Amino acid sequence: MLQIRLHGRGGQGVVTAAEMLTLAAFYEGHFAQAFPSFGSERTGAPVVAYARIDNKEIRTHEPISNPDVVIIQDKTLLGAVDVFAGLSPNGFVIINSKDEPSKVVPEIVAKLPVGHVFTVPATDFAMQKIGKPLPGAPMLSSLAAVTDILKLESVQKAFQSRYPGKIGDANAETAALAYNFIKGE
Amino acid sequence: MLKQIEGSLGVAQAVALCRPGVVCAYPISPQTHIVENLGKFVKEGSLKDCEFLNVESEFSAMSVAIGSEVGGVRTYTATASQGLLFMTEGVYSASGLGLPMVMTVASRAIGGPINIWNDHSDSLSQRDSGWLQLFCESNQDAVDTHIMAFKIAEEVGLPVMVCMDGFVLTHAFERLDIPDQETVDKFLPKYEPREFINTKEPVSIGAMVGPEAFTEVRFLQQRKMAKALCVIEKVTKEYRELTGSKSGGLLDCYNCENADIKLIIMGSTVGTAKDEVDRLKTQGINVGIISLKSFRPFPYAAIKEAIGDTKQVICIERAFSFGARGIVCPEVKRAMEGTNCDVKTVVAGLGGRPIFGTTINGIVKDALAGKFTEEFTWYDIDTNVLNNSTLKDENVSFSQGPIAQSVLEKSVKA
Amino acid sequence: MLEKIKFYQTGSNTVGNRLITPAMRTIQASVDRPNSLTSGHRACQGCGEALGARYAIDAAMKATNGQIMIVNATGCLEVFSTPYPESAWRLPWVHSLFGNAASVGSGLAAAAKVRAQTNGDNVVPRIIAQGGDGGTTDIGFGPLSGMFERNDDVLYICYDNEAYMNTGVQRSSATPPAARTATTQLVGDKPGADWGKGKDVPLIAMAHGIPYVATASVGDLRDLEYKVQKAMSFHGARYIQILVPCPLGWGLSSNSTVTAARMAMETGFYPIYEAEYGKITSVRKIRQVQPVINYLKMQRRYAHLTGKKADPNVLARLQALCDANIKNFGLVDGTDVTDQPVAMQAYERSQAV
Repeated sequence: MLQIRLHGRGGQGVVTAAEMLTLAAFYEGHFAQAFPSFGSERTGAPVVAYARIDNKEIRTHEPISNPDVVIIQDKTLLGAVDVFAGLSPNGFVIINSKDEPSKVVPEIVAKLPVGHVFTVPATDFAMQKIGKPLPGAPMLSSLAAVTDILKLESVQKAFQSRYPGKIGDANAETAALAYNFIKGE
Repeated sequence: MLKQIEGSLGVAQAVALCRPGVVCAYPISPQTHIVENLGKFVKEGSLKDCEFLNVESEFSAMSVAIGSEVGGVRTYTATASQGLLFMTEGVYSASGLGLPMVMTVASRAIGGPINIWNDHSDSLSQRDSGWLQLFCESNQDAVDTHIMAFKIAEEVGLPVMVCMDGFVLTHAFERLDIPDQETVDKFLPKYEPREFINTKEPVSIGAMVGPEAFTEVRFLQQRKMAKALCVIEKVTKEYRELTGSKSGGLLDCYNCENADIKLIIMGSTVGTAKDEVDRLKTQGINVGIISLKSFRPFPYAAIKEAIGDTKQVICIERAFSFGARGIVCPEVKRAMEGTNCDVKTVVAGLGGRPIFGTTINGIVKDALAGKFTEEFTWYDIDTNVLNNSTLKDENVSFSQGPIAQSVLEKSVKA
Repeated sequence: MLEKIKFYQTGSNTVGNRLITPAMRTIQASVDRPNSLTSGHRACQGCGEALGARYAIDAAMKATNGQIMIVNATGCLEVFSTPYPESAWRLPWVHSLFGNAASVGSGLAAAAKVRAQTNGDNVVPRIIAQGGDGGTTDIGFGPLSGMFERNDDVLYICYDNEAYMNTGVQRSSATPPAARTATTQLVGDKPGADWGKGKDVPLIAMAHGIPYVATASVGDLRDLEYKVQKAMSFHGARYIQILVPCPLGWGLSSNSTVTAARMAMETGFYPIYEAEYGKITSVRKIRQVQPVINYLKMQRRYAHLTGKKADPNVLARLQALCDANIKNFGLVDGTDVTDQPVAMQAYERSQAV
């Protein structure tokens, strides 16, 4: 089972991203489960969402305390929230940032195996294609590129089915940008 | 059809498949997404011949449901927590009038202090309301149980509360198998109301009953509850044969063969516990889980059979009775009367405190080590938080770890 | 309004059936009256509520060709009409709770619509929800407002006897000032119900903009029948509040229920009017304006206002209140509604300042 924790702020589509992640996994025949950290968080407050992907039925409903992947949609959370709490020693980290991982989180880069920490300018990609700072799709396609558990097409299909038309297509294009960005590294 | 959707949407789709004639709604977290979706189905026309009423309170939600059931129409509503309490007077009226409506309770703690997270104190507060109370362990279970609930309610002539854990299930996005309309239509026939009013054959419903017949009215209600035990089993069997589902039933056993200890659990904790039980098995510890689905009527005989000759049973309870102890445990003890089975309560997971696999692991190991010496133990209590209050106010402190009832009682004497 | 009847018997304010055309005679006068609330029920002698309900429901039955279903709030009417295993109701009737008649009515109306739709019936039964003033103006007020706001197809009838009679005459928000109830006793230096409290539900109903609102009285049964029939010609939420004196609660002799109700109208104490979509369309004019004392002195709940110890100021205040009603609602012939009608409590509250 792959366990993923997504960090962001209210309004950035963190919960939607977790749901789209599991929808993409569902398209590929996996069992998947997404759920938000339940609270009364308002726009701008730190938000956490979780996702699990497995090849058999997922029965557990406990929160994820030891994630295999941490996705950070908002760089300003670093230092404000312990986003790496419980992260598996062989885990992956994907951060929404223009800067190099070694510059953003040098201590994590040092701690995890080489090539396990990634940054991707997801907001820039989103602004280019969607025109709004919604980094969900590029962060998920980055996850797909990093772990190969999903195909880019599945991530794109998930967004296109949730948001048929222009918005879905823009998300799909943003996803492609981020996917190629990681794969090209 | 397989779908990757939110539990609430799954339940809304299941309810829509049952073709309700009236759905009434008042917003309270965490049931909101269910009725929002149903409102959408009615407005877009995919749910036909259905009136969707936005009412001004839960009291009115229940009252509208009473009115529409009395008018002979299949009816659905949903609530949680404070909302369930606010409609309580109507909850009792609905069962007393024998109205077979279905209501989801997206289980959530009751305030004060206000708390929006999941436990079972709301649904269990309605233990004696005369409703059937069916608990769901997963969203698939919830989808299927809602469909079965209409059939059970209508056959028994009593309302059914489908209790699903708020947020943990309602807001989880999972793979669900939603039956098609044809299957549900085959399973659930057109509603033929029994207790209803119409202008062709005028009757009075809800007359005042005095001491001369009140006991008999109650006896007949209790008889319906007894009948419900059989109906739940029958309807479950029928539904499983038709759809291949594993949902429903009075209770469900997991790994119960030759178990050293059995856990009785209601709701979404069952799934978490199943994973942990598998891990414990690899360590040579054999734990059985009895997932209690029907809390009312309480399946005494089925519980006794499920426990069998296991000597140690722990009820993991997500609510308790103030000034008394557990709520499920006394029922299990009644079922096991005359045997030497040891039944205890462990309270955990109140007000949204998560029950992890590790929590289950701890409970099992403590139980096997004989650490639960009393009937009632607070398991996942944070004594740091506790001592912050008691040390300052009364110079009383508690040591780290679970707290048994006698420790609590002694702390008052000191 | 009804056609004005000009001919009165000398020395009396009643109009006999034989003096009017058959078309204008009451439904109750007809041999084929529906008798929806039939005899044998257990109401007190002289019960205004039983009288009001019988006229109102029969009128509704007549207007809809028998297509009426009733939701009854808890209260006297429910208790005296349906002691198990008997029922005085000869039409479909349901009782659930004290405070939920309006919303049970909403549900029943929705069900009637859906059933007619799915069964292919052309006739959709109409719904009446009814209760006393306690069940309407107090405990059932939220559901009532909700039913109004949604404009559900329900006629709500409030039988207003100005207190909780079923539980033993306690004060409700429809209890007028200075009246004795079990919770506003005639003791202390301000005996009876407080001044400047209470609410005017007909005006509140009008503020919801619902199709039809009316006040009525068992003091004018023809007007009552007419208003119920008129209400049934509308769809959507409707409200009729009927003054129904309670001999027991008011301390009236049981043969003076109708007289007391009439006095309440003729003094201006209880304005009788109807409104459509929030605007008053007609007012029942007072025939001979009576001083309020003539109304009060019939009732032991106002016993402290007569006799040697009576406080003339209290009487003056009650008279002022009637005068304000007469002016505001244009209750006297030749006058019109001068201002936007206001709740009678407003007058009291402004005077208190």
